[in-house]
Order: sequence, then C-alpha cells, then structure tokens
Amino acid sequence: MLNQIPEGVVWAILFLPFGSFAVISLAALLGLTRTGSWEARFSGYLTMAAIAASFLLSLWALDSVLQEDGARIGYDAHEWVTVGSLRFDIGVTVDGLTAIMLIVVTSVSLLVQFYSQGYMRGDPGYNRYYAFMSLFTGSMLGLVLASNILQLFVFWELVGLCSYLLIGFWFYRDSARRAATKAFVVTRIGDLGFLSAILLIWTKTDQLDIGQIQHLAATGMIGSSVITWFALGLFAGAAGKSAQFPLHVWLPDAMEGPTPVSALIHAATMVVAGVYLVARFFPVFIVSEEAINAVVVVGAITAIMAASLAIVATDIKRVMAYSTISQLGYMMMALGVGAIGAAIFHLFTHAFFKALLFLGAGSVNHATGTFDMRKMGGLARFMPVTFLTTTVAGLALVGVFPLAGFWSKDEILIEAWAEKPLIFWTALAGVFLTAVYVGRMLFLTFGGEYKGGEASDHGAQANSRPAEPHESPWVMLLPLVVLATLATTVGFVNITGGMNDILEGWLPEETHELVAAGDFVLWISVVSVAVGLAGLGLAWAIYSRKAIRAEEVSAALEPVQVLLDRKYYLDDLYETVIVKGVIMRGAAAALHAWDRYVIDGVVNGLASLMRFSSEKYRLAQSGQAQLYGAAIFIGVIVIVASVLQDELLGIVGL
Amino acid sequence: MDSVNRFGPELILLAMAAVIILADIGWALAGTGAERMRRPALGALALTGTAASIIWSALLIAFDEQGEAFSGMIRVDDFALFFNFLFAGTAAIVILASIDFLRRNRFVAEYYALILASTAGMMLLASTIDLIAIFVALELTGISLYILVAFMKDGRSSEAGLKYLLLGAISSAVALYGMAYLFGITGSTSLDEIGLVVSEANGETRSALVLAMVFLIAGFGFKMAIVPFQMWVPDVYEGAPTPVTAFLSVGSKAAGFAVVMRIFLTALGDGSISSDWATVFAILAAISMSLGNITALVQGNIKRMLGYSSIAQAGTFLIGLAVVAAADPQLLLGTSAVLFFLGTYAFTNLGAFIAVIAISSKIGSDQIADYAGVAKRSPLLALGLTICLLSLTGIPPTAGFIAKVYVFNAAVQADLVWLAIVGVLNSVVAAYYYLRVVLNMYTAEPASEESIQPGYYLGLAMVVAVVGLLVIGIFPSPLLEASEAAARVFG
Repeated sequence: MLNQIPEGVVWAILFLPFGSFAVISLAALLGLTRTGSWEARFSGYLTMAAIAASFLLSLWALDSVLQEDGARIGYDAHEWVTVGSLRFDIGVTVDGLTAIMLIVVTSVSLLVQFYSQGYMRGDPGYNRYYAFMSLFTGSMLGLVLASNILQLFVFWELVGLCSYLLIGFWFYRDSARRAATKAFVVTRIGDLGFLSAILLIWTKTDQLDIGQIQHLAATGMIGSSVITWFALGLFAGAAGKSAQFPLHVWLPDAMEGPTPVSALIHAATMVVAGVYLVARFFPVFIVSEEAINAVVVVGAITAIMAASLAIVATDIKRVMAYSTISQLGYMMMALGVGAIGAAIFHLFTHAFFKALLFLGAGSVNHATGTFDMRKMGGLARFMPVTFLTTTVAGLALVGVFPLAGFWSKDEILIEAWAEKPLIFWTALAGVFLTAVYVGRMLFLTFGGEYKGGEASDHGAQANSRPAEPHESPWVMLLPLVVLATLATTVGFVNITGGMNDILEGWLPEETHELVAAGDFVLWISVVSVAVGLAGLGLAWAIYSRKAIRAEEVSAALEPVQVLLDRKYYLDDLYETVIVKGVIMRGAAAALHAWDRYVIDGVVNGLASLMRFSSEKYRLAQSGQAQLYGAAIFIGVIVIVASVLQDELLGIVGL
Repeated sequence: MDSVNRFGPELILLAMAAVIILADIGWALAGTGAERMRRPALGALALTGTAASIIWSALLIAFDEQGEAFSGMIRVDDFALFFNFLFAGTAAIVILASIDFLRRNRFVAEYYALILASTAGMMLLASTIDLIAIFVALELTGISLYILVAFMKDGRSSEAGLKYLLLGAISSAVALYGMAYLFGITGSTSLDEIGLVVSEANGETRSALVLAMVFLIAGFGFKMAIVPFQMWVPDVYEGAPTPVTAFLSVGSKAAGFAVVMRIFLTALGDGSISSDWATVFAILAAISMSLGNITALVQGNIKRMLGYSSIAQAGTFLIGLAVVAAADPQLLLGTSAVLFFLGTYAFTNLGAFIAVIAISSKIGSDQIADYAGVAKRSPLLALGLTICLLSLTGIPPTAGFIAKVYVFNAAVQADLVWLAIVGVLNSVVAAYYYLRVVLNMYTAEPASEESIQPGYYLGLAMVVAVVGLLVIGIFPSPLLEASEAAARVFG
C-alpha cells in the first residue's frame, strides 16, 4: 500500500500526455523529424512513454482510492480567473469513478499507441498522428479528473475537437469531410444542452464545483425543476457525445479515420465521455424521476435500434460502430435503473473487448485492404492470431461465460430485473440481436472462402493490392493478445462486488438508498447465455451453414429490411428534410435570394434607367446604395414605431 | 499641459502621419537611389507611431494621469485607455499585414498616414464626451476609411468605396440628427449634463428622447454593422483591400461600440429611456445574430462570409449592451462583457483576415472552394486560420469560448434567458460554416502542390494574433481585469 497520492502527481497524470504533444509539435515545427530515420519513430516512443507513465500513476491513484473505499479524495481548487464577484476555479479530484476511468483510458490508449506503430508505419503523417493521439489522451484524462463543471466542459470540447481532427484530417476524401462535419455539428447540438445546463446551475446555485453541485442536489437544496432541467441539459450533451438516439447518426459515419483511432474513440475516450458525464452527475440524475426515466428510455431505444442496424451493415467497422452505440445504450440503461456500478463495470469490460474488436478489424484491413465483409472470408486460415483474438472479443461482447462481457452484462440484467422488468426484457432482446450480428461478422470475415480484398489506402503499401492476405506484424499482434487476455479475465475483478463498492463509494450518503442493488440470480445468467448462444446459432445457420438463405430472410422481411437499410430514415430526416430542406433551401436561401436577387434586381432595373449618368456613377451601382440607404430609414421608422407604439396608438385614437 | 499630455496617444499618431507624408516627399526629392528603402522605412515609421501611442497610453496609466482634457471635451479614463490599446494594437497588426500587400502600390505613404489618422479618430470616439467633438471624431475616422476602402482604385474597390461613402454620409447625417434632438431636449452638448437632464426627465420628453435614441442607434449602428444597418457590409468587405477589410471589421466596429457605450451609458443611462434602448438592443442582437449566421451559411466568398459572420458577432456584443440597463451589478457585467468580447474578437478576426490575405493573394481567389487542400500547401497558415475560426465558433481553449461564456452568463444573470438561448442556438449554426472552411483546407485535394509562403511581416502579424487569442483563452485574467476596470468608469 502506497501513501495517498499527492495532488502534484494527479496533475502529472494529465500533463504527461500534454507534454508529449507539446514536444512532438515543437520538434515538428523545428523540422527535427525527418521521415525514415530514428527521429521519425521518436514521436511514437515519446507518446507511449508518457502514457505508460500516466498509467503507472493511475495505478497509484487507484491504490489510494481503494484505501478510501472509493470516497472522494478532494484537493483544494485553484483560482484561475477572478473578476469582481465572478470566480472560476480549476482543480482535480480523484474518487472511485475517476480511478477506474483513468485505468481504462491509459491502458487502452497505451495498447493502441503500441499497435499504431505497425499500422501507421511509413505514413507521412506519423508525427502528426502521435501528436494528436497524445493530445486526445491528455484531454480525456483532463475530462475525467476535472473537479469543476466548466473545466470539464473545456476538456469535453477538446476531446471532441481531437476526434474530429483524427476522423477528418486523414484521408483526402469527400466522405471523410462530410463525416467530420456531421460529427461536429451533431455533437454540438448536444453540447448546446450541456452549456445551457452549466449556465442554469451557475445562475441558480452560484456553484460550478462538481462535488458541491452533487451535494446540493442530494440534500434537496436545489429546486426539483431546476434539477430536472439541469440533468436533461447534461443528458443532451451526453447523448450527443455517446451517440444516443436521436443524436447517434454521426458515429457510424465517423469511421473514416485510421482504425486505431476508432478503437480509442469507441473503447476508452470520446464516446464513453457521455456515459461518464451521466455517472459523474449520478446524484443529480437519481433525485429527478423525469431525468432518470429519460436516460433509461433513450438508452433502451438506442440499444435495440443500433443492434438491429448492426445486423445489416456490410462494412466491418460500421458493424462495430453500431455495436458501440448499442453497448453505450446498455450503459445508459443501467444508469437509468440506478445501477451505476454495473454501468461503469460494463464500460470497463467493454473498453477491452471493443478495443480488441477494432484492432482486430484493423489487422484484417491491413491484410486485405478492405473493410467490406463481402470481400473477405476465409481469413481464419491466413491470420490465426487475429482470428482467435477477435473471436474471443466477439464472444465477450455476446456475454458468453466466463468472458468479461458475461459478468458486466449479467449484472445489468440482474439490476434491471430487480428495478424495471420491462427494461430487462428489452436488454435480453438486445443480447439476442448482439449475438446475431457478432456471429454474422465472424462467419463472414473468417469463415468460407477468401473473396479477394481490395487495394490499401493507408500506410506504406498504399494502393497496392495484396496477392494473398498475411498475418500482421508482431507489434500489431502483441496488443491483440494482451487485450484478448484482458477480455477473458477482467470480468473476474468484480466477482465479489469489490468494484461496485468503490464505484459507489463516492456517492453522497443521501443517495445511497436510491442506488440499485440486486443479488446474483442464477436463472438470469443461464437464460442470457442461452439467448446469446441461440443468436450465434442463428447466425451460423444463415451465414456459415447456409441452411437458411440470407436472401430469403430479407425477402420475407422486406419492409424491415428497407427500414434498416435506410437506418430508420433518421439520416434522411436530418439531412434531406431539416438541413437541406429547411435550413439551406429555406431560410438561408431566402435571405440570400433577398440579398442577391431582390436587391440586385431592383438595382439592375434602376441601373438601366440611369444609363445616362456618368460612367463612375453607374459603376457604383447607385441604385443599390440608394436601397441600402432606404433600408436605414425603414429600420429607423420600424424601431421608433415599435418603441413608441403606445404613444402612436394614442395619437390615432386607439 | 495636462490636456496635451492626455491627448498624447492621438497626437503622436497624427504627428507620425504628417511625418510619413513629409518623409515620402523627401524620398521623391532624393531621387531613385534610396527607393529600395522607402517602403520598409515608411512601414517602420507607421509601426513606430502605433508603438509610441501604446507606450504613451501605458505611461498615462503608470503615472495615474487619467482625467479630462480640453475643458471637458475629452475624458481620458480607463475606458478610453482600454480602447487606445485596442485601436493602436489593431492598427499595428493591420500595418504589418499591409507591408507585403502594398508591394506594388505607389501610394504607400498615404495609406499608412490614413490608417494612423483613422486610428486617432477611433481613439477620440472612445474618449470624447461632447457631442460636437464626437461628431468630429466620427468624421475623422470615417473619411480616412472611405479613401482606404477605395484605395486599390480598381472597379471593385472604387465601387465599394463609393458605396461606403454614400451610406457613411447618410449614417453620419442620421447620427447628427439624433445629436441635434438631444441638444434640443437638454440644451447641452456635454454628455454629463445631458445625462443629468435626462435622468430627471418627465414623460413629456419621452417621444423626443426615443427619436434621438433611435437616430443615434441607426447612425452608429452603421459603424457597428448591426441589422438593419448592415446592408453595406458584404459588398464593402468584398471590395475593399483585405487589410482594410480587417481594419473595418475590427477597428471601426469597436469604435462604433465604444461611442455607443460612452453616449448611452453617460447621457442616456438613467431614467426610463435606458430600459427602452436595452429592449431595442436585445431585439437587434437576436436579429443580427440570426440573420448574420444564416446568411453566412450559403456564402461562397470567404470575405463575404466573414462579413456576415462579423454581423453575427456584433449581434453577440449587443447582448452585453442589452444586459447593461438592468440593475447595477449587471451594468458592470454587461459593459465588461462587451469590452472583453471586443478584445478577443480583435485578435480572432485580425488573425482570420491575415490568413485570408496570405492565402488569397497566392491562390488568386477569395472563393472558399479554392481553399481546398491549403493545409498541404501551407500547414502553418491553415493551422492559424483554423484556430481563428474555432475561436469565432467559441470552442475552448480559444479566447472566443471564454468571451461567449462570459456574455451568455451576463444575459442569464440579467434574466435575458431567451437571448442567451438564441445566442447558443446561433453558435451551432455558426459552427457549420466556419468548419466548412477548415475541412475544405484539410480534407480536399489541393489544386496545385505549390507551397504558400506568407511574407515575413504577414507571418509575424499572424503569430501575434494567434498566440494572443490562445493566451487569452488560457489565461483570461489580465484582459478580464482590464475590461472590468474600464467598465467601472460607468459604475
């Protein structure tokens, strides 16, 4: 047992990756990083060293938290800005939730950085990639450690920003650009709710400190409607970030970046930030019935909807993306039934097997040059390590005993059964759908015959089509093996419920009785594993044994198939109707037309009348200037009339 | 002597303008031998002028020399000094950005002299407290700018200059009309005395006061570029030489806000009229933000887009003015929010325009579509422009984020929640068109691989602007404190 972690060390966890970002950027600016030399690899080593150090320090933080049974280790806040009565503080805080998140972020990030050395080798953007990765990891650590909601928001935005840089700045492709725009705008809609929530709570309580806000909410010092609106605002932000219905549309498109980035975004950073936010403010959510119900309903819809979409996607990364959305829905559902321990435990296990799935997909892509599952097949023969590790991850995702996913999913099911049986049945249906898409993915990718692949568009072998798929280099396989080991074993850490204790240890006394606490129920475990195996069996029958032809299934369920192909028409609704129809074609075009055609039209008309006037004068399009001048007077008249409406109405005798 | 001393920052700019013109004549007499040195030397003189003005202003603070000058025509207080720094700094960056831009222009001396004269006018707008002096300062600023807008003397620039002149003249007349009303109602041109009379005014003069108020808003609304007095903005921004556009969008706009705050808070700050203008500003803020942002969505020309964006930004500043009229603590909050926002906006918009100068002069186009792949051709320029656009969007850790949080918070504190909501909604719309430029630079294929190297001076100006907005974003305290000190003048 170590001493309690001092504040400076906590700050170091955050600043190490930022330091690595600064050093790499500086080196790149000074031109010290030539490609093809040792210096070129240096950025990767530096990033890994920084994150490894952060990981070790995070273990220290975990150790300190364990001694406190998960209670908050508060440090004094530091004054950042004081102006008159306004004071902004910054500070760090460590408790059970933070410590677990720190471990997740640093460990997954470290493995991803290691793997990236192989995946990105020879890429001209190698340094830039590692600089962004350092910044990305650092921002996520800052988000988790923040003791102040405004500070949390700053890192929240930084995390978002980095992920767009990493999604959009890679390939010179139209689709990448559209994806990044979509991600940016959709998550900003959610952030609008977050920012409004901050302004609301700040105005009503004069507090930005997260611990204080939790305390005030738990002790009933804040009015219930304020709490509800505050929580709903936060949840809007969380739904945008964690791709919850109806703001989920950006995530499947955001798969354009390098695969290791997707692994990091989906497993440990960006998208889990939303779940973390709801968990962080759990004492606030739990005291508002409306807010907690919104969380559970949205989570349930998301879990089912995304899982069903994963069944029809043909791009392996899209399958994963929908899978992530669906699993995030599970975590939200768990939070919504009051099971914060189960939710974060699932976040913890999910991080490892989802990172593994993505890195496995990256390895497959490295070999075949494609993400389209219809062009893969038979890869089990060529890539045994990738095949085995990905299978382990898939089975963990389905929740097969005794892999990691079984324990956390089981816990969610048990809590749901105890609190809200309807949610339990929804979650069970989700398990079945999950098993079907995981089975389909595994059989299409690794089973059957190899179907040829495609030319690669990243790394050193860009644009050359591999003759035959090959196993990836050891730098890529080692993280796969490590993650597979973790995906098998991490479920056991909570077998005594120890993790739940530290995840719930920081909650204010007053909320303890509101937290769900279910005991192990054998039949639920048996049923959930059975349902999972049934789903896998169905996938096997359709995609491997071909006992049931996929075409017949989709023909029989044609309306469903169309609905799924159109992604429940949500993208169409947003893009065609709202963005293109209402905003672009409607409002903006109308205003633009007013500017361009009405005014210019009048101008041209006037200009032809003025043909006699001097050359200079005509050049100035005098009519336009006159019209602009007239607008000033019309403006004056309208404003005067509206301010003095009472007086004016009095004059005309009304 | 006190008067001259306090007038020093303006005086040194005007004196330097004269020196530049005379030096230019000297060069002409000296013959062609020294011609090579002419441009850098004149630029250096102009920069020296702005630097001296900044130093003088700093000395006035250091020696506690604030006070009135010229028998109560000018009041050099923290508010005026805040703007001295803002205007002189803006002028310095604009001059730096102009050196390369003017490489082929014969009339360099006149250009710098006009910039300096206009800057002096802007400083006076912030410090004069007498209607007549205000009008003189308004014209000093305006006339210099009319010439600068038309400076390139090609079709577009002349057209923009003439338009700007005509509408500027109309606006000045409208403002003058408002001043005449104020004088008629109160019998004084001194803002302090007008304020005394207005605070005791009874209902009889209300209609006349409202007329005066609206005329003043209309007259200065032209400078602030707020709806419905913004019609000139896109045409003039597009046609003017880009450094002048930058100067217009920052300096001239800030000057409009400075004089409006001076007049409205001193002369019309008390009595029922203050709630009238607060309401008007609140509504104009909402309209300016929405109209500016929505129209910016469909612009293909980056200067026009930044023009509409600057209309929307002005709308955001107006939120601060709308907050002012509520109770006393809000007065401080609203005013300092406007000042802080103006300070951050200066760095942000100057940076954006400098990047546009560098990029557009190389690719020969102002079309956003032609910015494709700029990141490949000049990573640093693309990064700089990206940071500026992020600041305009209001993303941390840039200055724009703090400014937005500050002003929205002010609105919520003053119970103008609806206005804060309109503002937050608008920032989502704005994100879309700013980001479009960024993504175009980074993810589209460049038309050519040729790299874009900004000139040395332009690069320096860019670095100053970008570093400034990042420093403010991370350590906002100094600027916040300065804004609050300046706002306290009215407290």
